[in-house]
Amino acid sequence: MGSDPSTHINNEAVNDTPTEALSGTPADAVMNEGGESFWRLTRKEFRKNRPALYSLYVLVAMAFLALTADLIAGNKPYYMVYQGETYFPAFRQYAVYTGLMDWPEELRTRRNFKRYEYSEAVFPLIPYAPDEIRLGARYERPGGDHPFGTDRLGRDVLSGLIHGTRYSLTIGLVSVGISLLIGVGLGALAGYLGGWTDLILSRVFELWAAIPPFFLIITAAAFFPPSLFWIMIIIGFTGWVGIARLTRSQFLQVRAFDYIAAARALGCSNLRIMAVHILPNAIAPVLIPAAFGVAGAILAESGLSFLGIGVPAEVITWGSLLAGARSNIAAWWLVIVPGFAIFITVTLYNLLGDGLRDALDPRQRGTA
Amino acid sequence: MTNTILRVNDLKTWFDTESGVVRAVDGVSFEVEAGRTLGIVGESGCGKSMTAYSILGLVPQPPGRIAGGEVFFEDRDLLKLSPRQIRAIRGNEIAMIFQEPMTSLNPVFTVGEQIAEAVRLHQGADRKDAWRRAVELLDLVDIPLPEERAESYPHELSGGMRQRAMIAMAISCDPKLLIADEPTTALDVTIQAQILDVLRRLQEELGMGLMLITHDLGIVAEMAHEVLVMYAGQVVERADVKTLFGSPRHPYTRGLLASVPTMSSGTEELSTIEGTVPDPVGFPAGCRFAPRCDFAVEACGRPQALEDAGDGHLVRCGEWQRVVQAETV
Repeated sequence: MGSDPSTHINNEAVNDTPTEALSGTPADAVMNEGGESFWRLTRKEFRKNRPALYSLYVLVAMAFLALTADLIAGNKPYYMVYQGETYFPAFRQYAVYTGLMDWPEELRTRRNFKRYEYSEAVFPLIPYAPDEIRLGARYERPGGDHPFGTDRLGRDVLSGLIHGTRYSLTIGLVSVGISLLIGVGLGALAGYLGGWTDLILSRVFELWAAIPPFFLIITAAAFFPPSLFWIMIIIGFTGWVGIARLTRSQFLQVRAFDYIAAARALGCSNLRIMAVHILPNAIAPVLIPAAFGVAGAILAESGLSFLGIGVPAEVITWGSLLAGARSNIAAWWLVIVPGFAIFITVTLYNLLGDGLRDALDPRQRGTA
Repeated sequence: MTNTILRVNDLKTWFDTESGVVRAVDGVSFEVEAGRTLGIVGESGCGKSMTAYSILGLVPQPPGRIAGGEVFFEDRDLLKLSPRQIRAIRGNEIAMIFQEPMTSLNPVFTVGEQIAEAVRLHQGADRKDAWRRAVELLDLVDIPLPEERAESYPHELSGGMRQRAMIAMAISCDPKLLIADEPTTALDVTIQAQILDVLRRLQEELGMGLMLITHDLGIVAEMAHEVLVMYAGQVVERADVKTLFGSPRHPYTRGLLASVPTMSSGTEELSTIEGTVPDPVGFPAGCRFAPRCDFAVEACGRPQALEDAGDGHLVRCGEWQRVVQAETV
């Protein structure tokens, strides 16, 4: 450790900013005369945490994969010459789906472009759509045409995996978005108003935290139709307690600062003080449970889909891929492949959350 | 013909704590006139800041509560206004400057944005006009390169600059009354003088009343027209500045003045007031200064009234004549 130059620099940074050690809000960072802003310091600190930094890179790459899933895995060719005409179906599909353009009748009726008698075509790297059923190729082992094999209906697992990143990303972000709305809202009210409001809301938080979340999710899922929409709402509505508690403590801390008194003396309304003056100063630490929340939401969705009470059968998420393994224990790749994807993604989000926590909490600085 | 804009009458601000009721402000009365400066002096914890907070309705309730009194601003009793009504007055007709310029500006907004916010809040100006006004105000408080400084974040400015920015924010709506709570305490001496100059010039230009809260008698002597000396939540002496410095009558005021080092006093030891401020939960029933007072007699155990010692010079001490004589003998 002693010979590691980064550790040395780290210790110096801590010594140079003694006021930083008091608490993690921007106001303190500003009071330090070193002149470095809170966010710059946090970014620097985050960069030092290699696992977290690389996790972020991989997650960004996954987000890119999710965005371009149609172009990487799909059964619509980039370029196709059909009956003397040239088409770019993989690109044009977006325009068609959004209603900007239309395809000729004979193209519109078919979903699988491989069945056309094209004279020339360039297909994506993985020329299968995730929901492309090929009963002649059921339970194919990994290798050859299907690097990760096929499932019960002959659907390509790799294609499903790639398209599944969309669902896991959407579920993670939307659920946490809902949790943030509820958690930050209630936490802000409790922390800012104090008194009876705080007392009652805090008891609600405690009560909510005492219910095991997964059972709550399962119970709720039983009442609503299985759909992606409801899954996100249910996960979002059950996962806000940590965020609310943290927001509350942040608001309690920030509302005591002089600039809040100054804002009040300026005639700002309570709502304005909360939203404009406190929130930007209080939100940073709330990002930590949000990052863990994304991991939790992905895990929860996988669990629900595995149990068959998650997304409907025709939607292919990592969880529903995994669920396919239940009907054929010999198809080990149906367990390993999506299981590994879930494991990796959840681990990455957790590492990201750890990195955020270390970077945002000055007390952890130099020890990570 | 005086033009009184603020009349505080028997104001009582009490705090309910676990060890008892703290009477932070206990029956304080005074007036502020337009274009004049009232200095409020006293040591830490004597209730001078709480008086200011009470006027603007900024006392945290609970544990604080206004136990009595009236605060007339022009013809409205501020203590009886609804939260919405008092908000329309805060920052608009009565503005306030705080002690710590380091922490009274929001770190996430530029100085210009914060001043513009004040303008937009009360004058309904649009973003562009408000910004222009913010730059104008920064210029008015003698900040060089106001266009550029408006884009600065608070941590990029020095303490003096920040306090100027605070003043700019406070005067953004041409307030009739400006409350300055220890505006220069956190600044070094040369900057103090500049800030005070700015305040004095603005007061003349805008004709506003100024309530200057400080523990620095030098600032009071320089700035104030009238002075209120507070001790343990009460006004102990009130006079115009010449009278107060020329012939102080309350033993506490005399103690305060004696403890200011002067060039002519030579190398003698600094004079101090023995003892400490009494515990606010259990103030003595009589004169609250009596335990520390050299002139205390048995009669001081009874509550003392604020009596007129001539020419509107008020003093809360039954023995003041003896005190004055003791000095001259």
